Amino acid sequence: MARFRYPALVLLGLAALILAPRGEGNYIIFIFTSWLTYSIAAMGLNLTLGYSGQISLAQASFMGIGAYITALLTLAGLPWIVGMLAAVAATFVVGLALGFPALRVKGHFLAFVTLAFNTLFFLVARNEDWLTGGNYGLSGMPRPNLIFASTMKNLPFYYFTLGVFVVAAALMWWIVHSPWGRAFKGLRENPVRAESLGVDTTRLTLLAFAIGSAYGGLAGALVSPLVQYIDPGSFALGISLKILLMVVVGGAGYFYGPMLGAAIVILLPEVLRFTEGYYLMIYATAVIVLMVFSPRGLMGLGERLWHRLTRPARQVRADMAGGAQL
Amino acid sequence: MSRPVLSVRNITKSFGGIKAVQGVSFDVAPGEVLGLIGPNGSGKSTLFNCVLGQYRPDSGEVLVNGRKVGGQRACDLNKMGVGRTFQQLSVFPGMSVLDNILLAGQEHKGSMLSRLFGPRDAGLTGEAEKMIEFFRLGHLRDTLAGALSYGQQKLVDAAMAFMAGPTLVLLDEPAGGVNLTMLGALKDRLIAYNRDHGTSFVVIEHNMEFVMSLCTRIIVLAEGRIIAEGAPEEVRSNQMVIDAYLGG
Ligand SMILES: Nc1ncnc2c1ncn2[C@@H]1O[C@H](COP(=O)(O)OP(=O)(O)O)[C@@H](O)[C@H]1O
Ligand SMILES: [Mg+2]
Repeated sequence: MARFRYPALVLLGLAALILAPRGEGNYIIFIFTSWLTYSIAAMGLNLTLGYSGQISLAQASFMGIGAYITALLTLAGLPWIVGMLAAVAATFVVGLALGFPALRVKGHFLAFVTLAFNTLFFLVARNEDWLTGGNYGLSGMPRPNLIFASTMKNLPFYYFTLGVFVVAAALMWWIVHSPWGRAFKGLRENPVRAESLGVDTTRLTLLAFAIGSAYGGLAGALVSPLVQYIDPGSFALGISLKILLMVVVGGAGYFYGPMLGAAIVILLPEVLRFTEGYYLMIYATAVIVLMVFSPRGLMGLGERLWHRLTRPARQVRADMAGGAQL
Repeated sequence: MSRPVLSVRNITKSFGGIKAVQGVSFDVAPGEVLGLIGPNGSGKSTLFNCVLGQYRPDSGEVLVNGRKVGGQRACDLNKMGVGRTFQQLSVFPGMSVLDNILLAGQEHKGSMLSRLFGPRDAGLTGEAEKMIEFFRLGHLRDTLAGALSYGQQKLVDAAMAFMAGPTLVLLDEPAGGVNLTMLGALKDRLIAYNRDHGTSFVVIEHNMEFVMSLCTRIIVLAEGRIIAEGAPEEVRSNQMVIDAYLGG
């Protein structure tokens, strides 16, 4: 029975995602679609940061690169799939390049390097207006045309995004459960030991950035047709911090952490709307309390509670050791 | 005598003004268990790090199985058949014992691509379980390494060094901080592994009894130089060694 429990839960979750937007208005469907899109970007950052331990404050810029590439190509009349593939390939390569500083600097310094990169992207997007439209941005991107349905309406576009999300999540699941995933975790937990065991930490660091960034690019390829208007401000440093918040609040290094975190960061403001001016204060307080009591985010908190309910004292020690990691 | 698995020739290494290692040379024969002892700060760990690519020596050369090494990264040296442990406990605390051991073996199996598309355990679960059993950790297979006792973690650490089937293993203070019961277990396992596989060891250790009973030959280092060398009994009675340890 236990063997089927996990796949059953996944199917249940999928069913919920399929049914969720039924009967909802355009605005709610738009929010759901944004959540899926940001989940993809956060999933990528979770690979770089959560699994591999490499801090990056540049995820929004990869979304931006992906969004601009997709916008330019689809505006030029090419199909979305071409734009998407170009976006993913380009962000993979740029992510690889951004990985090189990570070979030399760690921690706070790496945070600054990636932060500078995000700012650089913002400036290029704003100043090179012959390509990017500068401050006015780009607009009127067509939505992808599927053989069986147009995604001009919000509900079909939601399902289209859901399809991309499921494929991206399945790929990520495969990566983190392969020997690569184990090596990524080794890189996070003890890079010197990993290297001494034959793990090519140089290559792995670069891959952690490249794959994580490619997920950012994929999210960007979805943002472009979703909002049909992009400008440099949509991918500024603040958005990178928001994606970082998603990963950390959800639980860095947990597969479902980024999805949960993106839900909190995107949906909670909607839920808390009734509190009006107090919303940000409540939100900030909740994040501080969470981080103090569970540095491994909501997933870490959930895991701890689950173990406390299902297993007596002995296992709790293992959790605390795990919790001390990040 | 057959070709040495490790030749260290005239290695020197300085850190700023500190001459940590000053012209050290020695060979390790196949199957030999060589002890490396000396007071704190005598350059033992630095020597290991020079051999294994963590540091680049200022001069001298290192040959592994007759092949000259220099400038290789630690991961490449490991692939040449040299395993090691570090002086500081060095496991992956957030991973299960099994995953620790799997990680120690997987990079030696297949290609980068096959490690992405192939089986999750790189086909190593059977081998890893044997290694875990060998180090008497079977009941802890699925426990997070970080939740084990210090001595148990030292065993995991040592087991990882053997997982890739190395011809030579360098152990930096494997017994440091390990309690008496675990110490016996560790020594017993190392002796058994050496007997079964013919793997050569170089062991840095402060626990004299541990070194004397494990090693067939001992090199004594003081202030970065070899001051004595020989069978355990000879070294034990050497006046220069006694002086070095008593701060002469
Ligand atoms: N990375 C380093 N930077 C500066 N000095 C070092 C470094 N590693 C070792 N040393 C110095 O080199 C000398 C030898 O150290 P070490 O090899 O660790 O000795 P041992 O392992 O024999 O106790 C010591 O004086 C130590 O302070
Ligand atoms: Mg030392």
